[in-house]
Amino acid sequence: MIRLSWRQFRTQAAVACAVLAVIAVILAITGPHLVHLYDTTVAPCKTYGDCGLAQSVFVRSDGKLQSFLADFLLVVPALIGIFWGAPLIARELEAGTFRLAWTQSITRKRWLAAKLGVVGLASIAVAALLSLMVTWWSNPFDRVNADRFSPAMFGERGITPVGYAAFAFVLGVTAGVLIRRTLPAMAGTLAAFVGARVAMTIWVRPHLIAPVRTSLSFLSLGSKTGVGIGNTPSGLSMIVPETAIAPNAWIYTNQIIDTAGHAPTNRFLRAACPLAAGGPPPGSQTGGGSAGPHSSPSGAAAFHACIAKVAAQFRVVVTYQPAGRYWAFQACETAIFLALALILAGVCLWWIRHRLS
Amino acid sequence: MTAVLEARGLGKKYGRRRALSDCTLVIPAGHVAGLVGPNGAGKTTLLHLAVGLLQPTSGTIAVLGGRPAESPALLGRVGFVAQETPVYAALSVADHLRLGAWLNPGWDNDGAERRIEQLSLDPSQRAGKLSGGQRAQLALTLAIAKRPELLILDEPVASLDPLARREFLQHLMEAVAEHGLSVVLSSHLVADLERVCDYLIVLAASRVQVTGEVEELLATHYRLTGARRDPASLPAGQQVVQASHTDRQGTLIVRSEGPIHDPAWTVEQISLEDLVLAYMSQAGEADRVRRSGLGVVR
Repeated sequence: MIRLSWRQFRTQAAVACAVLAVIAVILAITGPHLVHLYDTTVAPCKTYGDCGLAQSVFVRSDGKLQSFLADFLLVVPALIGIFWGAPLIARELEAGTFRLAWTQSITRKRWLAAKLGVVGLASIAVAALLSLMVTWWSNPFDRVNADRFSPAMFGERGITPVGYAAFAFVLGVTAGVLIRRTLPAMAGTLAAFVGARVAMTIWVRPHLIAPVRTSLSFLSLGSKTGVGIGNTPSGLSMIVPETAIAPNAWIYTNQIIDTAGHAPTNRFLRAACPLAAGGPPPGSQTGGGSAGPHSSPSGAAAFHACIAKVAAQFRVVVTYQPAGRYWAFQACETAIFLALALILAGVCLWWIRHRLS
Repeated sequence: MTAVLEARGLGKKYGRRRALSDCTLVIPAGHVAGLVGPNGAGKTTLLHLAVGLLQPTSGTIAVLGGRPAESPALLGRVGFVAQETPVYAALSVADHLRLGAWLNPGWDNDGAERRIEQLSLDPSQRAGKLSGGQRAQLALTLAIAKRPELLILDEPVASLDPLARREFLQHLMEAVAEHGLSVVLSSHLVADLERVCDYLIVLAASRVQVTGEVEELLATHYRLTGARRDPASLPAGQQVVQASHTDRQGTLIVRSEGPIHDPAWTVEQISLEDLVLAYMSQAGEADRVRRSGLGVVR
């Protein structure tokens, strides 16, 4: 039965191999160039001084390829579910060939196991290879962006695409078995897969591991890029970018409060930081300016004075997932989707043995 | 000799619709049994129950002494050609033979290849491009080459032209002669069955109406014509299957174990087709009566 499953699948397998090969060639050509670019512009940027500029120029290189890979890796599991999963059994039910297959000298359990095994392993292999290539190719960008927990990056690096692909595939098969018609099963697969991904990202993932809550001193943050005071339409407010707290961490909340739990008032900030409050904000002619340590020599002194005054009363209280938990989250999410795939496979088997007879 | 198919009180419902009711039936081994009945009579349901594609909702069915599809071994002993003779459109004829070899331990590859050659099918041809007749022959080849003891065919010739129909049945009979298979095949056309069957089951209105060896059925059924007369006045042992009459004349189809000597009747032998039609129209009438009766009760 494995040989028959392979015979029925081999054209699709060849297409998948061809697509993977093309992507591999493109990445193999452009990848080393990116590493070189990183080593010559971003890595030594400290010695030139302006890391911000070097980084923002670097992350825009190969922009089209970057966005293509991001989109492609996002949709590949859905494509697998729609084009490999949904028709796998629905087509046999539609064409009546299941009556041919189920009356050979083989049980339906083995028939289903071989089909799920061959195409399921191929789905996993495709997702794994693609993720491996993209993770390798994107490594220089990921080091600069330092935001591995962001939904886009988390779902398109490491092992999560494998879980998504396995789940989407079995989801498609299940939709085909339940709906018995290929096209509606394809549509159902897409809807259910998008629903599952969104639900996992928004509602489940943040609760997989309890976050860490910690309070940081402003003085320890003051020298980092991006920390400052923002002049917003509603008044002044402190700005603490997530990368300043911890690179690659997943920040849930980030509050600036005193011991009583109050945020700094507008009046306090005006008094503590007259530079940001008065005059046209440096770097911007419109409302949303900011003051940072590098604005100007006199500005730097004023900024440090401002930070010192704020730090005397306020601390930054952060709820977050440390960067070191990245692989725990990856493993957890992948395991959840693999488990869902197994449960759906069981549903398929039960349905095929009992309801389709 | 054991029965190839034995059903006791067999019934199948799809939701509230009854496809088969209280079907009790024994088909002995060594026959080519024809299952005949109008469209929607439950023929496909009965055959699907026999190959294990369906599970009964009531009663039991045994095929070659076991529950249908209970094990790979039993699956291997029953060959099945489904209605519309489904094959994998994207696979070639040769692929289908490979498929048969992969899925059946008792596969007779030489026999299958010989048959494909006889049929002058191109092994590299995709099954989706075959004509209806060729596709049916391919499906039959697959079912025969697994070397079953019992071959079940569901309306195998329904969609074939008369020539393809004859060729198909001819190949079927050759296989029966060669391997000594028992066969159950369904059709809504008696003419197809007359040529090949020596055993008959008439299924109508989701019930078995009559079953038996063709020769015996033909020998025990008569058409009686004569002056109109109450059918109840017939002697015991003569069973009216169908009665029709004009004002003065009556025609009865009667089943009788012994010969009929009553001089009031003109007694004729009847053809298999007339016999089947008599049972089918009787069943249709009974069904109508039953339904209208229910209507009155409601």
